Amino acid sequence: MPAVSKGDGMRGLAVFISDIRNCKSKEAEVKRINKELANIRSKFKGDKALDGYSKKKYVCKLLFIFLLGHDIDFGHMEAVNLLSSNKYTEKQIGYLFISVLVNSNSELIRLINNAIKNDLASRNPTFMNLALHCIANVGSREMAEAFASDIPRILVAGDTMDSVKQSAALCLLRLNRTSPDLVPMGEWTARVVHLLNDQHLGVVTAATSLITTLAQKSPDDFKTSVSLAVARLSRIVTSASIDLQDYTYYFVAAPWLSVKLLRLLQCYPPPEDASLRSRLTECLETILNKAQEPPKSKKVQHSNAKNAVLFEAIALIIHHDSEPNLLVRACNQLGQFLQHRETNLRYLALESMCTLASSEFSHEAVKTHIETVISALKTERDVSVRQRAVDLLYAMCDRSNSKQIVAEMLSYLETADYSIREEIVLKVAILAEKYAVDYTWYVDTILNLIRIAGDYVSEEVWYRVIQIVINRDDVQGYAAKTVFEALQAPACHENLVKVGGYILGEFGNLIAGDPRSSPLVQFNLLHSKFHLCSVPTRALLLSAYIKFINLFPEVKGTIQDVLRSDSQLRNADVELQQRAVEYLRLSCIASTDILATVLEEMPPFPERESSILAKLKKKKGSSKLPDMDDSRKNVNGNTEHAEDAEVASKTPQFLLEELISTDRPHPSSSATMLPTRTMVPSHTFTDNLNVNSAPSSGASLLVDVFSDFSSAAPTESSDEHFPRFVCKNNGVIYENQLLQIGLKSEYRQNLGRMYVFYGNKTSTQFQSFSTSVSSNDVLCSQLNVQEKPVDPLIEAGAQVQQILNIECVSDFSDTPVLNIQFRYGGTLQNIAVKLPVMLNKFFQPTEMMSQDFFQRWKQLGAPQQEVQKIFKAKNQMDTDVTKAKVNSEALGQCEHLGPSVTDLSYSINMQSDFSFMILLLLWCFYESSQLTSLCSVAFTPPALRFRCSSVGRCGS
Amino acid sequence: MDCRQGKLRLQKWYVPLSDKEKKKITRELVQTVLARKPKMCSFLEWRDLKIVYKRYASLYFCCAIEDQDNELITLEIIHRYVELLDKYFGSVCELDIIFNFEKAYFILDEFLLGGEAQETSKKNVLKAIEQADLLQEVRPALTGKAVIIIINILAYFHFIFLHK
Repeated sequence: MPAVSKGDGMRGLAVFISDIRNCKSKEAEVKRINKELANIRSKFKGDKALDGYSKKKYVCKLLFIFLLGHDIDFGHMEAVNLLSSNKYTEKQIGYLFISVLVNSNSELIRLINNAIKNDLASRNPTFMNLALHCIANVGSREMAEAFASDIPRILVAGDTMDSVKQSAALCLLRLNRTSPDLVPMGEWTARVVHLLNDQHLGVVTAATSLITTLAQKSPDDFKTSVSLAVARLSRIVTSASIDLQDYTYYFVAAPWLSVKLLRLLQCYPPPEDASLRSRLTECLETILNKAQEPPKSKKVQHSNAKNAVLFEAIALIIHHDSEPNLLVRACNQLGQFLQHRETNLRYLALESMCTLASSEFSHEAVKTHIETVISALKTERDVSVRQRAVDLLYAMCDRSNSKQIVAEMLSYLETADYSIREEIVLKVAILAEKYAVDYTWYVDTILNLIRIAGDYVSEEVWYRVIQIVINRDDVQGYAAKTVFEALQAPACHENLVKVGGYILGEFGNLIAGDPRSSPLVQFNLLHSKFHLCSVPTRALLLSAYIKFINLFPEVKGTIQDVLRSDSQLRNADVELQQRAVEYLRLSCIASTDILATVLEEMPPFPERESSILAKLKKKKGSSKLPDMDDSRKNVNGNTEHAEDAEVASKTPQFLLEELISTDRPHPSSSATMLPTRTMVPSHTFTDNLNVNSAPSSGASLLVDVFSDFSSAAPTESSDEHFPRFVCKNNGVIYENQLLQIGLKSEYRQNLGRMYVFYGNKTSTQFQSFSTSVSSNDVLCSQLNVQEKPVDPLIEAGAQVQQILNIECVSDFSDTPVLNIQFRYGGTLQNIAVKLPVMLNKFFQPTEMMSQDFFQRWKQLGAPQQEVQKIFKAKNQMDTDVTKAKVNSEALGQCEHLGPSVTDLSYSINMQSDFSFMILLLLWCFYESSQLTSLCSVAFTPPALRFRCSSVGRCGS
Repeated sequence: MDCRQGKLRLQKWYVPLSDKEKKKITRELVQTVLARKPKMCSFLEWRDLKIVYKRYASLYFCCAIEDQDNELITLEIIHRYVELLDKYFGSVCELDIIFNFEKAYFILDEFLLGGEAQETSKKNVLKAIEQADLLQEVRPALTGKAVIIIINILAYFHFIFLHK
């Protein structure tokens, strides 16, 4: 390179730069810059017209000042003037200034665009390139508007110089990224794709980038590029290293182009054409083979370029996920890199393997490297590499190795960098839950997590362990024992106190038999931590104490003393004070029965996605993390199968019940839950545990609990459970704090017998117990209900039975009411319960040929004899389920009339003593892609009309 | 900012960002990269991007790439750029880049455009630059290189932002 070509020697600029570099302090530098700015300003404003050279020099100085980090608010106009200079260097500096200091000044943009337009039209390739570079560097919308239509023409024109084509391609790419709507490729598509065949490899390189970007947005338009790309790639990988001359980089043939072609192919699925596909497979095999060859140079550039192509090829293999052979080879190749002396390769191998782990073909192969990955976790000096190792362990985890992986992650956690601890905690918590066969292991793992990295255990993690312990009764005793032991440690993390408080409060009774963990010992242990804890934890502990009062009446006095102490009752924190006051009052006033009800064990939490998983996803961004749910599906089908099997093993009736009574109140909002909820009215920790009951109803129940019971209570009536009995004959029809009423009924033809069970839930006897069934006048003539006498005394905790005989005289639409009266502790209780005796109980199925069915159907044409209901179906109609459902309605034998699943018809026919008939037609169809069912019922007696709504509900 | 530490020698952005954002990002990046020890791997995750960096004498070259991009080839993009500078200036040193910053930009533009490699052949890039140099008018007077002032250089940084 001749020395002449270096710089064009703007002496003034060089002097200025040395001056700046000589400045001893920041202040001196600023002073020098301000002096220069003033000088330039006066030159620009001066009367004397500046020549091109001076203008260029000053603009260049301004640029230098800007790059030092100072603001520049003038000189733009002079730079624009330089654009129209005939001298190349002046033009060049002008463009550089514009590219670096874009200004959205519209007047200026117009001038700039004008200059660019002239240069593009100049047919001088160097000027054209400068203009294209400027457009690509600025990439603004205004420029896209002005030039988006010209550039494709330049790109594909036959007489355009290669270097201009390259700039045009990348310029178009940039504009496409910033304003895709302004760059329509339509008519140019085929010719752009054809650039992949260009003689000039530089043009092919630039064009491949452009096509990849376009193909990502509209793959169909650029489909033809696949075969060209494969052909091009094949020629490159099979070429001798010198064939491509200057495009060979350290003995690697065109590495940049190869990587780009492989990227382009990742926009598409594996080619369908067999020969093309085998050619691509050959290419990929060649690349894998070359990786095994001895290096042609010891330079790191050689291995980097070679491996860059290799990693991109592996990315394509993973993307296709269709060639088990290639996937396993890729995995083995990466396995070698896991122990490579180059840190970069180890890092990349771990990263790539993470995606390989999610392919069903290579998951097992990845798993064989577990020991290497674990040792990477222990020995790598670079935290970012260790982080990759953690990710990979997480991705390769399944049932077979979960214990080992979780154990290793836990032990790594003790020394892990603070920056990644929280993430590891989340990962361990998720794996422990996902692969827990035995929940004692899960509990141990989470407690270990809290012990090792308590500060990094987020709320979600300990909420989750409590949810799981509450929902799984097989682990409750173990959990109580384990937290009790963990709490023995002299210093334990506050999160452990929270878990411990909650679990002992619920299940402390399970270990109270052992004198070493007697109620008092448990309480003292918890209370010894109390004063070291923050307010929310203390609040939780207070709730645990009141639960203790219920579980262990023997420590009531001790706990009341604690609640009564000034530090509680007069606590400065309003939440703590309120809890202390309320709990103390509750424990003094309420009888043991009421306490037992109010402080009942928490009902199971509704199953939902683990909040931890959601948190991890949020933290990492879903793209970064191999999604456990998706990836597992392929790899460990067994997890999902296990759940399927669980569903399948439920009895059909149970399923049916679930399906029908979807409107049944959720456990979390059931009446029994509310009093407990009331005790912790405003605290967030219960809310976060997914207790969503409405506080207002909680408040009203609180009044009930504390109201005195001496006056006669108003008649309570409840038909909450009533809808369940539409298709069911047995179950609990009514329940409150005192009484539970269960039903068992059987029907034959027009007769029915109902067994009613009254259960006394309290520890006091009910006196003067009496019942009566009342029907309105109309119903009296349609339905006879005869009641057998019932015992007037119900002992504490006992259950008595009453028999009701029922006879259906004619069709009816109303329901009888069962009135119950008794005395409880001197209070007269009145309860009215709607008896679930409905017409359908007396239905009898009749089989019928489809021909007959439709004949009869037509006979029932009168408008008052038909009801039709259209509703949105919740599930795809399943013949068996529907049959079972309709049978349980006792509506009849089903006969399959329709040919397809979505067009099913059932004929149901009923005859009773009064020989009337119901025909039911039920089918599913799609209406604007929403599954919809239509239920038509035809019947003889008009009284049946009311029933159709419930039939409809069953159908859904 | 200590003028000996973390000075930016060149920056190139392929995404539109405000000056304020650019300053914030470079400050953060300088800190992150400076904290890296030798022998650590050349890649690191940073926000949603990956940073690929390499140190040449007193200069660090950094590129920010997207998740899907190829790290190793980016490392070689840096190397190829250094080679280009080296060939052009004849054994390049930091001062060449300081005093001829505009040339460094021009070479970069010939090599990379819109964040993508435009011409990977060393010869072709240099040919383009030489041709441009030949178009220059004869200078008013004066010597080849600018005045060289030698000072103690500690850690000077040189950033390239490659962003798709």
